[in-house]
Amino acid sequence: METKFINTKTLPFCKGCTHTTISQNTEKALQKLGKNLLDVILVTDIGCLGIIDKAFDTHTVHGLHGRSVALASGVSAGINNPDKKVIVFIGDGGATIGMQHLLDAAHNGYNMTVVVHNNMLYGMTGGQPSEFTPEGFRTPTLPQGASHKGYDICGLVSEAGASYVSRITGIGDISDQLAEAFSRDGFSLVEVMEICTSYGVKSNPGMKLKSLIQEAGIEIKVYTDSEPKVYQTNEKDTPSLFNPALEIEKEFSHKLEKPLRVFLSGTAGEGVQSAAEMFIRAGMRCGLHGTKKGSYPVTVGVGFSASHLILSPDPILYTGAPRPDVIIVTSEDGLKFAKKLIDNATEETLLLIDDSIEIPVTKARIIAKNFRELVGGRNAVTMAMFEYLHQNSIIPFEALRKQFVSGKIGQNEKLRAQIGEAYGLGE
Amino acid sequence: MQALIDGSRLMTEALVRAGAEVFIGYPITPANNLYLFSGKRFKTFFAAPDEITTLQWMSGFSAAGKLPVTATSFPGFALMLESINMAYMMELPMVIILVQRLGPATGTATSGAQGDVTLLNGMLSGGYSIPVISTSEANDCWEMAEKALKTAVNLRTPVVLLTSKEEVMTQFSFDLDTLKEIEPVERKYYEGDEEFIPYSRDENGVPAFLSVDNNKHQVRYTASTHNEKGILEGITPGALGNTINIHDKVEKNLDSYLHFELNKEKGSRTLLVSYGITANAVREAAMTLREEGIAVSTLIPKTLLPIPGIYLDIISEYDHVIISEENHTGLYSSLLFGARAPKNIHTINTIGRMIGPEEIIEEVKKHGN
Repeated sequence: METKFINTKTLPFCKGCTHTTISQNTEKALQKLGKNLLDVILVTDIGCLGIIDKAFDTHTVHGLHGRSVALASGVSAGINNPDKKVIVFIGDGGATIGMQHLLDAAHNGYNMTVVVHNNMLYGMTGGQPSEFTPEGFRTPTLPQGASHKGYDICGLVSEAGASYVSRITGIGDISDQLAEAFSRDGFSLVEVMEICTSYGVKSNPGMKLKSLIQEAGIEIKVYTDSEPKVYQTNEKDTPSLFNPALEIEKEFSHKLEKPLRVFLSGTAGEGVQSAAEMFIRAGMRCGLHGTKKGSYPVTVGVGFSASHLILSPDPILYTGAPRPDVIIVTSEDGLKFAKKLIDNATEETLLLIDDSIEIPVTKARIIAKNFRELVGGRNAVTMAMFEYLHQNSIIPFEALRKQFVSGKIGQNEKLRAQIGEAYGLGE
Repeated sequence: MQALIDGSRLMTEALVRAGAEVFIGYPITPANNLYLFSGKRFKTFFAAPDEITTLQWMSGFSAAGKLPVTATSFPGFALMLESINMAYMMELPMVIILVQRLGPATGTATSGAQGDVTLLNGMLSGGYSIPVISTSEANDCWEMAEKALKTAVNLRTPVVLLTSKEEVMTQFSFDLDTLKEIEPVERKYYEGDEEFIPYSRDENGVPAFLSVDNNKHQVRYTASTHNEKGILEGITPGALGNTINIHDKVEKNLDSYLHFELNKEKGSRTLLVSYGITANAVREAAMTLREEGIAVSTLIPKTLLPIPGIYLDIISEYDHVIISEENHTGLYSSLLFGARAPKNIHTINTIGRMIGPEEIIEEVKKHGN
């Protein structure tokens, strides 16, 4: 006995609607292919066609308007089983909204067959035109007729990489054409041309589907029949993100009795964040707690780049630093961004600034040095960090040296030589 | 083991250890580190072409029995909203990490904020609830991430893990050995021989789960108003009852995902309240005040939504309550108290910068303790 996929003789569509033809022929096509009920997952879009779910005894998923193909893509990639058949019922409205999803599913080769019920208008909401409405076709809200051609979804998904694509007329027995698509692996699509019996027929009296198709230049044909490209979901073994290379061992002691807040301000692409990280890691080598909060404009690689650093003998809660103890500025971009902090600085604040920059008026103690001239803009902040620790022994110089030579920045041999010459790296 | 890490690393590792299987996302600042780490750590990773697709793919994976996670910020989250409503109605477990940044609209992508909690409260048409769990410190990036995933599975619902830019991007020294072990979530599936009723509920109001490729039972997932069989039914008593049941499931099981930190200081008449990025400023302010001999208590809600009644009970015990949030209009305060808070409720609000402990201390001293 043939498997009954549809559990009712009364389908929920208007008399004469091709949606009924599609549903009945879907059942017939699945029977021809010998599919079992639970081998099929029917994903339906919004529109008259979307209320078919309850008539099908397959698995069913009923989602949002236009999103059924994306939802089915997730189902298909999630089950990752070529023995299961994912079928999507979508209208021309849904395909208009979700065009990106159709292209994307075709592009990726997700295993599914999309059946586009193209009745050339929005049937559930009163007969508004869709982007599939052919030129000259009238709808209740567009009595003068569409002024341009409808989308060629078959051409579009073919270009995107679909394995099998056909456009058919929804008249008579279409089960073989549907079965052809259902039997394919990868992404396949059948566009079924229909006229909405409620709105299409009334707005275009006497118009026949076949003549409309001919006059509009809509091609009824197999668009694509190629070697299937089938998406397979891969599961890879992944290592923990807590790899041993993250470990920072305490090797040194420190003299810090209260939190030290440092603000680095320079130019994007000039190593501000890397130098900041180097400083925090050096502090951690001394058993200090540390935080590093970056600030930068939205566009990567342009404008300022700044970092708020805190080193502390005690755990750090609040990671902001409205009044840093040390401000390091290595470029005009950095000066502009640090202006407010420099304006609010007190006699207790230390400002290390590149001497190529005009020294701002401030209460802070100032050390101006030619960092950029010595090592270039790219490494000026690193140099400034060495200068700071050279003058303030809150942590052993050796901690910074060790962090520098073992880290990325220190792999630059020229910079190693330059810093070695200025501060002695013991090499 | 001491390491220099960020909250993104902790969250990603915690979610994978708790059983999350697939990350689907579209990159957006400041959620990029989550995307980056997830690409390295999740056994399956999908780069979606946009955020609507992200949520639809996640829903498909979830219906197929996989546990999906994404991370986004407001502009992406806004695109996800209709699909989150769908996933809620289908009762699909998933975790959506929402990294708050300064809005409205695209706002400033690289500036943190706490601007999305009222959106989360009203994101479901009808005012229904999705659990919203928030991080407030490094360890929460671990434990709350785990809780978010387990809540999603145990209650069959999407869960939002709410965080913000500084919480996932600021690097900090951290002893990884202090983290609690995370056991993978145990998933329960329908094992009966009788017909599977997709939205039939257990004693906790949670439906049993079967994936959409099941070989024994028919499975239906439906976004529209549906009865317990998953049949679209409109406003029948069965379908409306199911809609109420989904809401009740989230509300009635609140105790199973209720997380907050209450630090009661003896003799204190002032309560400091905050969540998320501002929580550490509150903790630091309380510590400083106590050192000065000023007693204050603190309440850090971690389960933000639905609002647990116990927060209002705790608040009612104090003469002065100071609620600090990095937004201009006092979002969580308005959720707790409506348009006009009682006179003993004081708020500290900023935009474009973190609230500092000294501002909270000043406010405490202004009102006495």
